[in-house]
Amino acid sequence: MRIFLFIAALLAAPLCAPALSPLAPSEALALQPDEILKDPALEARAREISKELRCLVCQNQSIDDSDATLARDLRILVRDRLTAGDTDTEAVDFIVERYGDFVLLRPPFKNSTLILWIGPGVIFAIGIFGVTLWHRRRRVAVAAPVAPLSADERARVDAMLAEKPDQ
Amino acid sequence: MIAEIGHYAVVLAFMLSIAQGILPLIGAHRNDTALMGVAAPAACGQFMFVLIAFCALTYAYVVSDFSVALVAQTSHTLKPMLYKVSGVWGNHEGSMLLWILILALFGLMVARFGRNLPAGLRARVLGIQGLIGIGFLAFLLFTSNPFLRLDPAPFEGQGLNPLLQDPGLAFHPPFLYLGYVGFSMAFSFAVAALIEGRVDPAWARWVRPWTLVAWTALTIGIALGSWWAYYELGWGGWWFWDPVENASFLPWLVGTALLHSALVVERRDTLKSWTILLAIIAFGMSLLGTFLVRSGLLTSVHTFATDPERGVFILGLLIVVIGGSLVLYAIRAPMLKGGGLFAPVSREGALVLNNLLLATATAVVFLGTLYPLALDAIGGGKVSVGAPFFNATFVPLMVPLLIACPVGAMMAWKRGDLPGVVGRLKVAVGLALLVVLATVMIDGNTDIVAALAMGVAAWLVGGAAVDLAERTGLFRISLSDTLRRAANLPRSAWGTAIAHSALGIMVAGITASSSWQTERIQIVRPGDTVELAGYEVTFKGAGNVPGPNYTALRGTFELTANGRRVTMLYPEKRDYPAEKSSTTEAAIHTTPIADVYVVLGDSDGKGGWATRIYHNPLVPWIWAGAIFMAIGGMVSLSDRRLRVGAPKRAARKTPVAEAA
Repeated sequence: MRIFLFIAALLAAPLCAPALSPLAPSEALALQPDEILKDPALEARAREISKELRCLVCQNQSIDDSDATLARDLRILVRDRLTAGDTDTEAVDFIVERYGDFVLLRPPFKNSTLILWIGPGVIFAIGIFGVTLWHRRRRVAVAAPVAPLSADERARVDAMLAEKPDQ
Repeated sequence: MIAEIGHYAVVLAFMLSIAQGILPLIGAHRNDTALMGVAAPAACGQFMFVLIAFCALTYAYVVSDFSVALVAQTSHTLKPMLYKVSGVWGNHEGSMLLWILILALFGLMVARFGRNLPAGLRARVLGIQGLIGIGFLAFLLFTSNPFLRLDPAPFEGQGLNPLLQDPGLAFHPPFLYLGYVGFSMAFSFAVAALIEGRVDPAWARWVRPWTLVAWTALTIGIALGSWWAYYELGWGGWWFWDPVENASFLPWLVGTALLHSALVVERRDTLKSWTILLAIIAFGMSLLGTFLVRSGLLTSVHTFATDPERGVFILGLLIVVIGGSLVLYAIRAPMLKGGGLFAPVSREGALVLNNLLLATATAVVFLGTLYPLALDAIGGGKVSVGAPFFNATFVPLMVPLLIACPVGAMMAWKRGDLPGVVGRLKVAVGLALLVVLATVMIDGNTDIVAALAMGVAAWLVGGAAVDLAERTGLFRISLSDTLRRAANLPRSAWGTAIAHSALGIMVAGITASSSWQTERIQIVRPGDTVELAGYEVTFKGAGNVPGPNYTALRGTFELTANGRRVTMLYPEKRDYPAEKSSTTEAAIHTTPIADVYVVLGDSDGKGGWATRIYHNPLVPWIWAGAIFMAIGGMVSLSDRRLRVGAPKRAARKTPVAEAA
């Protein structure tokens, strides 16, 4: 089904990464040499932050992967904040303040994302509970005394046992 | 004329599917042999007519008949022949026709190879396949007709998206569809069993090969898509947790759970209603993926010009098929009585754990994919769910699954001996610890999580090897006896060991490539050398090179190691004038333990070129793992038990309906 993404992307606004939207003129690829910070430690932090931020005009791409101009602007913004002395959290908060939670690829834990975050855990717990319950019931059901065979059934069993196996 | 024949063939196939979907079901209900007998010839006829339609469309593409609207929109005379043919399914209408062709092919296979099935079950399975066929053929005819004409016909076509003009993507959709549609077989068997009101080991033995076929094909299809993304998208990633990727991953996860739970039904005659539910959900996920992509729901932020009629039709189909079968399930499932009892620590217990974890993992991917859409639909605001979310939720679920895998595979049925199994696995434990230690020593940075993950990978491979050694008595009995035992070992045991160790290979590839990737991004001028991971990459220059239907800007790089030339690398940027778009072609040097990956970017206008060079350790192991996994599936499929079919069912015992 992957291909449909590209058919979709083909028709989509050419704002986005050429990688996903080939209509765009050949733009530069993702992170550019001129954006990279001199300080490797700062740059490494900028890369980690970039992977958590969404390119807002793209289909599910981080600003680290995206070729869109907006993504480039955001990458430079992140680096500016870090150079200015922001901590990672401050830099991310600065961007969230301007673009909203939508920019976070890992949605924050709040009321509107409650189901998203705890849903799988609840399902797992229900699963464990269900399996335990089922297992216990099965044991009880099988352990329950079985009605003795009637005379007729007894005779049929004897007949079957007396029969020679087919093969 | 050919297009009209194709159109007419679709109409005939539609009529036959109606006959196939109604008469055999009535026949099976009334025990009317004549009506049940309609199923097989109808399925053969349906396949024949869909094949005619498919050939007609392919012909239109091959001869570039631009009077057919679809061909004019998605083909071009200059396109290489391979992509003219693969262009048939590189668009909405054609891909739906391929979907239906594969559906009809499965119907044909049941009609042809299902002779050992009880007549009633066979008629019902084919009838349900017919019903699915009605839905999709109607969808094709009424909303997505590929044979519509264009008048006047244009002189030249608009061309196919260049991203799709790639060997990896040419074969990606057929495999994916073989998987998607393959789960319709498990679904049809499940619904037929619900109608009959009984599920027994024989049923599971009939269902398993179909599920294996679907699962194997889906594995290959997803791997092809991921491999393509790796070499084509140009930033070295291979999985993006993209909604469309997730749409294909969901049926794979459920299908994997189904393969394992069907094993319990086959061997131990229990977990029946759960297995039926999984079969329904597996196909439901396939349909959901189709709906999500076909309706354009996923791309709505980009105002994707979609036809709402199509989305509504598929949504309706989804509701009828899944809703209907779930209602049937709710009515009938309580009547399915389980057989064998088992202790929590046993093979069955391990497989239940496998299913529990896979089901939760499915829930994670499902929620992550659909939650943003659902929240937006109810006006709850926009939220992004991307790779960081999935890495934080999906991976922790996989860890216990992978650790439990070798233990579960060696556990005895009914009542297992956990300390005993772990004791027998001591070689694998030792191997895993050794790998962890070695990784920490080589890495130096002591990325302890990555080292542990490599240990898990070794544990999986070692566990599978120990299992085989135990079964064949390796080192305990004479070599000739071991070989004889190995030859007599059921193929399914080999398949299991191959697939489980393949999982280990894949885990190693994923861990190493994401933990120890080296990346160099810079401007290079001719003569510049970039060093990474023991290699030197020297830029020689860039120039234009003509292609069949594109012009390429090709960079020339020399790859050397310690001054000795390894190979030349030619990354390209291709410009497709007909389609007015371009693609990047990374140049990749693959060795068994790593890839060197070079991408050419833009010129800086002063004689320099932006370049991205990666060293991706063990990345080929990801796809090697997928291939081995598929091989495991095929080996298992060749098992004699599946080939000769199920043992004869005993004469019908007390009907379940009466017993309940």
